[in-house]
Amino acid sequence: MNESFRAEIAPCAVAGSSTMGYTFMPALEVGLGMTAPLLLQANRMSLSPQKLSEKPESLLVTEAKSGNYEAFEELVSRYEKKIYRLALRLTGNNEDAEDVLQETFLKAYEHLPDFRQDSLFYTWLVRIAVNEGLMRLRKLRSDKSEPLEDKVSDDGQVTPREFRDWKPNPEETMQQKEMEDLLLKAAQALPPSLRAVFLLRDMEELSTEETANLLGLTTGAVKARLFRARMQLREELSQALKQE
Amino acid sequence: MNCREAFKEISKYLDGDLKAELKQILDTHLGKCPHCKIVFDTTQKTIALYCDGKLFTLPADVRDRLHQALKRKCAERSSM
Repeated sequence: MNESFRAEIAPCAVAGSSTMGYTFMPALEVGLGMTAPLLLQANRMSLSPQKLSEKPESLLVTEAKSGNYEAFEELVSRYEKKIYRLALRLTGNNEDAEDVLQETFLKAYEHLPDFRQDSLFYTWLVRIAVNEGLMRLRKLRSDKSEPLEDKVSDDGQVTPREFRDWKPNPEETMQQKEMEDLLLKAAQALPPSLRAVFLLRDMEELSTEETANLLGLTTGAVKARLFRARMQLREELSQALKQE
Repeated sequence: MNCREAFKEISKYLDGDLKAELKQILDTHLGKCPHCKIVFDTTQKTIALYCDGKLFTLPADVRDRLHQALKRKCAERSSM
C-alpha cells in the first residue's frame, strides 16, 4: 500500500483507531468489490496517488478537516519552521517560542473544523501564533507591571542617525547563528506593539488591512508603526553592519 | 524635497503607496542625496534580512516535541 493511500484509510495511525467517521471505502473493498465507476469516483474523492508533499494546500486542508491526520501533519511540516521563526522573533526567547509553536498547531488541530478557508491556512496559523505570542508578552509584562503598549505614539518623529552604508552581503559573510542573534536582538529592542506590526507586515507579508484586523488597529496606525519599526530596526542593524 | 520630508516617504515608497508625482520627486532626491539613498537601501536590506528564510533553522528537538504533542492530541481525540 502506498503512503498516500494509507493516509486516507488510516488517518490517525498513531492512535490505532478505526472509528474516525470516514465515509469512503476501506482498501479491501476498493480492490475486491467495487465497480469501475465507483472506483473512479473513489479515486476522485480521496484516493489520489499524488504524494502528500505534492498536494496543494487547499486539498490538504480539506482532507485534514475531514480527519486525515497525515494531511494535517504535512501542513504542519510545511509551516512549522516559519511559525517558530515568527514566535521566536516575537517573544524573544526559545522557551516561549516553543510554547507558542506547540499551542498554535494544537489549537489549529482542535479548531480545524471551524476553519472556513476564507483565508490562506498559513494566514490563519499566523493569526493564532501572534495572539499566543502577544498573550505571553502581556503576561510577562503584567508580572513585571509593565504595559505592552508602552512608549508608542503613532505620530512620533523618527530621525535616522546612522548614514554609513553596510558591508556588502552581510547574510553571506556572517555566520548564520551570528546573523540570527543580531536579528533577534534588534527585534527585541522594539516595543512589542511595533515588533508585531513589523513581523506581520514585512516578514509574514500580511496586508495592511489583515495586520490591522489581527491587531485591532486602524490601517493608519499600522502604517505609522511600520514606519517607526522599520526605521528603528535599520538603526539597530546599522550599528552592527556598517562599514568601518 | 528636503531630507526630513524624504525620510517620511521612504516607508510608503517601499509599500508602493506613493503617487507617481511624489515618487518621482523622491527618486530625484535619492539620486542626489547619498545619505537618504543609504537610508533607503539599508531599510530595504533590513526587510530582506528578516524575510530570508534561509537564515533560519527549526531545531530538531523542538520539531520532535511538536510532533509528539500533536500525536498525543490526535490519540486523545480518537479515544474519546
